[in-house]
Amino acid sequence: MSEEKKVVIKRLKSAQTMGQFMVDYYRELDQAAKAGKPKIAWCTSVGPAEILRALGFLIYFPETHSAMLGTSRMATELIPVANAIGYSPDICSYLTADIGAFCKGVSPLQKAFKIDSVPKPDVLVYNTNQCRDVQDWFTWYSEKFNVPVVGIHTYRGVGEVTDAHLDSISKQFENLVAPLEDVADRKLDMDEFKQIVALSRECSDLWDQCLAKAAAMPSPLTFFDGCTLMGPAVVGRGTQKAIDAYKILLGELEERVGSHDGALEDEQFRIYWDGMPVWGRLGVHSKMFAGLNANVIASTYCSSWIFSALDPNDPFTSMARAYTELFIVRSDDYKEEYIRNKLDFFKCDGIIYHNAKTCPNNTNCLYGMPQRLEQDTGIPSLIIDGDLNDLRLLSDEQTKTNVEAFIEQLEERK
Amino acid sequence: MGASRTKVALLDASRKFIGRAVAKSGTDFAATAQRLLEKALDMAGARKSDIACATATGYGRKNVGFITSDAKTEISCHARGCYHYFPEAISIIDIGGQDNKVIKLDAKGQRTNFKMNRKCAAGTGAFLEEMSLRLDIPLEDMNGLAMQSENMVKLGSFCTVFSATEVLENIRMGKKVPDIVKGLFYSVIRRVLEMDLLSEQVVMTGGVVAHNPYLVDMAAEIIGHDILVPDYPQFTGAIGAALYAMQNRSRQGS
Repeated sequence: MSEEKKVVIKRLKSAQTMGQFMVDYYRELDQAAKAGKPKIAWCTSVGPAEILRALGFLIYFPETHSAMLGTSRMATELIPVANAIGYSPDICSYLTADIGAFCKGVSPLQKAFKIDSVPKPDVLVYNTNQCRDVQDWFTWYSEKFNVPVVGIHTYRGVGEVTDAHLDSISKQFENLVAPLEDVADRKLDMDEFKQIVALSRECSDLWDQCLAKAAAMPSPLTFFDGCTLMGPAVVGRGTQKAIDAYKILLGELEERVGSHDGALEDEQFRIYWDGMPVWGRLGVHSKMFAGLNANVIASTYCSSWIFSALDPNDPFTSMARAYTELFIVRSDDYKEEYIRNKLDFFKCDGIIYHNAKTCPNNTNCLYGMPQRLEQDTGIPSLIIDGDLNDLRLLSDEQTKTNVEAFIEQLEERK
Repeated sequence: MGASRTKVALLDASRKFIGRAVAKSGTDFAATAQRLLEKALDMAGARKSDIACATATGYGRKNVGFITSDAKTEISCHARGCYHYFPEAISIIDIGGQDNKVIKLDAKGQRTNFKMNRKCAAGTGAFLEEMSLRLDIPLEDMNGLAMQSENMVKLGSFCTVFSATEVLENIRMGKKVPDIVKGLFYSVIRRVLEMDLLSEQVVMTGGVVAHNPYLVDMAAEIIGHDILVPDYPQFTGAIGAALYAMQNRSRQGS
């Protein structure tokens, strides 16, 4: 009988540092929730964290909690709870899993960090650059907790980022300040704000450098590592602690590159991943690819927390630029060019698009892009159907057969 | 080792197809494969010790006991099997029990891309099996019935369950059974043809095609030209697997 090959994936030592960062982060939030101070803001993952931090809020990100509902495979049981109260199984399964968990009074934080429940918010702040679903999601919680919800309404399909975009978005950021000051019960200190923006930028630059190390052959990093290593870039941007963590990670990656030490024993194929991860299958997918000597080295998703435009000298406008230059709100022309550059930079042999059923905003294979890019670059592509959190939308066997067949196709080309 | 049926193909050293066997995959994949191997060996007048090399493909490819080289996916094996019969640039449409595939090969037999059906059973053998149950018509009678149709019923839905509702509606309206069955066949073909653009030469394979050859005629009518079908369309995947095993053996120089 043919045996499944034993798979060796070399874990990064600094993953522990990043893990500890997340433990400390959630414990601090839990303590604040219990003590009633500092105040807590809930923020979307690409929301205006810098303003919130400058006003002294601790920030909780429901999307990260939803990803944990995914990785812990709790989500699929909880999504139907939200479906039953009117949130369709076709919409964001971050939203439905999270609201389902809240309704049931459960959280992965209980098992992971011995934290009873998510920290109660004093205010909710969204940016629709992720999607419109975050607005509905946060508004639901606003009613539940009886706290204010405020938000930024982004542009979509942005080609060139123009002054008109920047004026509008930076004005929206400025208009958030007064209501947030009311909740924070303090004024925004511009020097402090600038300092936070500088820290956020430094964190972003370091994360960018870490991801870029995957261009080395063999790559010291996998996409699946990146999905957990990005935690501090999402929840900790604007803090020194996140910067310190990424300096350690970068050091280890540089060491690996210097000694040609790849994340896989034998990296034969280099794959780009577009779209969300399947959180409940992160480990399974990691092993599946490694077993085929295929390293998924880079992704659009992990790069979504790079904000190179942030400039402490012009915090509002640069935030407007950083959060509008983001891949997810850009035009298809821009997105195609972006992915084309990534395929080239990371020297990829193939690209896999994850068609995440409940996240069309993070899915880029629905309007002919795979065909256009394949024709243009000659780099083969594969679309796999699935979802970020709802495992009912997944066929593991189909995924496995598709991926194996794709790697066989790449093998034949070598 | 397909999701629905297991096939064994024996090739001699000159790549001639000399033995075959097929049966439902059942619940014990390894035992089914073993039993079919013996049957195919009987047909070829050969013994187990005559087997120089073997490989497995399909959903149960990791469950087959007697293979000598790494299992291959059914996508690669269908491609290899079809190119063996038709060595030119082809688009392969494989309709299996559980899934459909459209596989494109260039003139050298190199795969340029492939697609499998998405999440649902639309257009697969499973769809026809479900409908034969609903209509209480033996699966093997479907092809003959479809050919008798004079006024095909058109079914609109992607979904097997919704299609079943449409079928019930047509029964209620007094539509003739052959017209409904042809409508089901048409639905299978439409779902498959929607998957991808096809190159000039199209090859159809798979158990559903083997048992329902009228599907090929209908597909040819829709695309407007003849479709190639290998001699044993249900076995092309297994034949492709055998060809891979032979290639592997010659590479290893054994």
